Amino acid sequence: MSTHSPAFVRDQMIVASPPPTNDTSTAAWIRKNLFASPKDTILSLVGLALLFMIIPGALNWLFVQASWVGSDRSVCATIAQGGAQPDGWTGACWAFVGDRFQQFIFGRYPLEERWRPLLVGIMLIALLIPILIPKAPRKGLNALLLFVVFPIVAFFLLSGNYFGLAHVETPLWGGLMVTLILSFVGIAVSLPLGIVLALGRRSHMPVVRMLCIGFIEIIRGVPLITVLFMANVMLPLFLPTGWTIDNFFRALVGVALFASAYMAEVIRGGLQAIPKGQSEGADSLGLSYWQKIWLVVMPQAIKLVIPGIVNTFIGLFKDTSLVSIIGMFDLLGIVQLNFRDPSWITPVTPITGLIFAGFIFWIFCFGMSRYSGFMERHLDTGHKR
Amino acid sequence: MKKTLLSAAIGAAALGAMAPAASAATLDTVKSKGFLQCVVNSGLAGFAQPDAAGNWNGFDVDYCRAVAAAVFGDASKVKFTPTTAQTRFPALQSGEGDVLFRNTTWTISRDTALGFNFRAVNYYDGQGFMVSKKLNVKSALELSGAAVCVQSGTTTELNLADYFKANNLQYNPVVFEKVEEVNAAYAAGRCDVYTTDQSGLYSIRLGLANPDEHVVLPEIISKEPLGPAVRQGDDQWFDIVSWTHYALVQAEEFGITKANIDEIKGSTTNPDIKRFLGIEKDSKIGTDLGLTNDWAYNIIKAVGNYGEVFERNIGEGSPLKIQRGINALWSKGGLQYAPPIR
Repeated sequence: MSTHSPAFVRDQMIVASPPPTNDTSTAAWIRKNLFASPKDTILSLVGLALLFMIIPGALNWLFVQASWVGSDRSVCATIAQGGAQPDGWTGACWAFVGDRFQQFIFGRYPLEERWRPLLVGIMLIALLIPILIPKAPRKGLNALLLFVVFPIVAFFLLSGNYFGLAHVETPLWGGLMVTLILSFVGIAVSLPLGIVLALGRRSHMPVVRMLCIGFIEIIRGVPLITVLFMANVMLPLFLPTGWTIDNFFRALVGVALFASAYMAEVIRGGLQAIPKGQSEGADSLGLSYWQKIWLVVMPQAIKLVIPGIVNTFIGLFKDTSLVSIIGMFDLLGIVQLNFRDPSWITPVTPITGLIFAGFIFWIFCFGMSRYSGFMERHLDTGHKR
Repeated sequence: MKKTLLSAAIGAAALGAMAPAASAATLDTVKSKGFLQCVVNSGLAGFAQPDAAGNWNGFDVDYCRAVAAAVFGDASKVKFTPTTAQTRFPALQSGEGDVLFRNTTWTISRDTALGFNFRAVNYYDGQGFMVSKKLNVKSALELSGAAVCVQSGTTTELNLADYFKANNLQYNPVVFEKVEEVNAAYAAGRCDVYTTDQSGLYSIRLGLANPDEHVVLPEIISKEPLGPAVRQGDDQWFDIVSWTHYALVQAEEFGITKANIDEIKGSTTNPDIKRFLGIEKDSKIGTDLGLTNDWAYNIIKAVGNYGEVFERNIGEGSPLKIQRGINALWSKGGLQYAPPIR
């Protein structure tokens, strides 16, 4: 065999040329993706026509015609409705959102004490951001501060009654603050409790297994409204007279238990996907049960079910608005309460209020979704398909 | 009013689940707590609604303040439990609240089976009709053949059917599950008539594109007497709540207002008024109630008389602009009547 290559054989590959501009220009992209065939062309044109009909009108209503400042309904009502706008006017009533913004955030929390929830919010952000950044150091200390120290500090700050702080009762809490507290507690409790329940359900100890199955199936088998209603309405009737458990606390427990049952099943899905060999390998290394779970099984299982976990979190975040049926005001509840106020009733206030509430919910849910996407890519170690 | 069946079921379940409510006298409990816990609506225009600063305002809320003023001489010693239609009765039954002021209709089943007591009626409501002025209708009896927007599953829907049948009128019900849907359908002209409780029609009218083009017809086709409820078995507390209302009505009859009460108190020679204000010698009216003799003075000084409470929250002085109608004093052709305070 000769190793000599004939002169006409290249010994290196030609560097790939860039594709012709006909394929890379914007015009080409449009042609390829929107107008490739007659059917595509028709669909694209219809879609564009729809967008053209909706978007300018929506932008006009939301921003151009909108009423931005004011302190009562007159700025958003037409003359016929007893307001100042010309007849036939319609547009978003951002003045309403501006006027009631503080209430949307803090509910009926006393005005002079609102620095307290604000401080809690700042602490939450300061602790949450480093724990979300994978490269930030001292994760253990950070988690301890966020999940153990922070809730205690936040409780005393918000509720008061100690350290010279005025007592602010939970019926005065409301708005975004309540939504975030319910979600934070629900998320912080449901993940560990869900892990424990999922492990319990796969346990070989019959009593533990039955307890976990019973808890999961009962809680998962009833609607959240029922859980909240039981906690709010029926529980006080069973307690001895004179005993009261704070209404808000009852709702918190209800939401956290509910989310835990769902979380348990999500985690169990991850556990099922881990091959038996992983456990056996850990056993043969002489690891204890908890070492095995903590070091080998759980990290792989959790990574697999990140989308499911985040799905549960997002669902939980939105479900918190159900507390309005038991007379508590989360963000949506307080917005609804305010647009029924006679001093703001106009045809456009409810729509504007709901758009605002929807936008806030969307920001949080979208944020969670994007972060989970980021975590999936970050932890991707060969499962990508 | 609405969702009666569900509330009744929950209330009945509540009764089944516990022995008859707290035995300790409510007045003593309230006094030892230092505040009145008042069960109100979680948000109803004019009746119970927080303002921009988050303070509760409204017709029912002022009644809570009035009871607090009667008990403590201080209208601010009151806390509110906002409730929905479903949670209001258990909240009172379980002792979470001391009194229920939540636009609640007095019915016999609530008075007996649910274990509450009603006596005073602070607002006579009833189902009414709203139509567009363009139809040129002056009375509900001219509504034959009309399309009527109504919320499903309410007593409103049943009353509507009864009324039209009794008067041999044809109508097409346009039924929706949610009140927002009914509002939208009426605003879009899908029906000619909107029917619900009259007090509600006024706030709905305010949210229409052209409120002045719609008129609330004079007919009221159902009885919805709204009043405070307390737990059965505590007559003293029941008396205090009832007579708070009668004091407000009586003050209007006397012409005593928040503004002129001190002047009248100093100058009056009318023995009725002296008795009412607790400045007659050896008066025992207040102490017999378990309160102080200036209880009525404290009420009026804090919230004004019935007419003032009405006008400020739901009447001409408010955006709702509800007419006094049958809620006028008996001497002016209405139903508001206070038994003699002597």
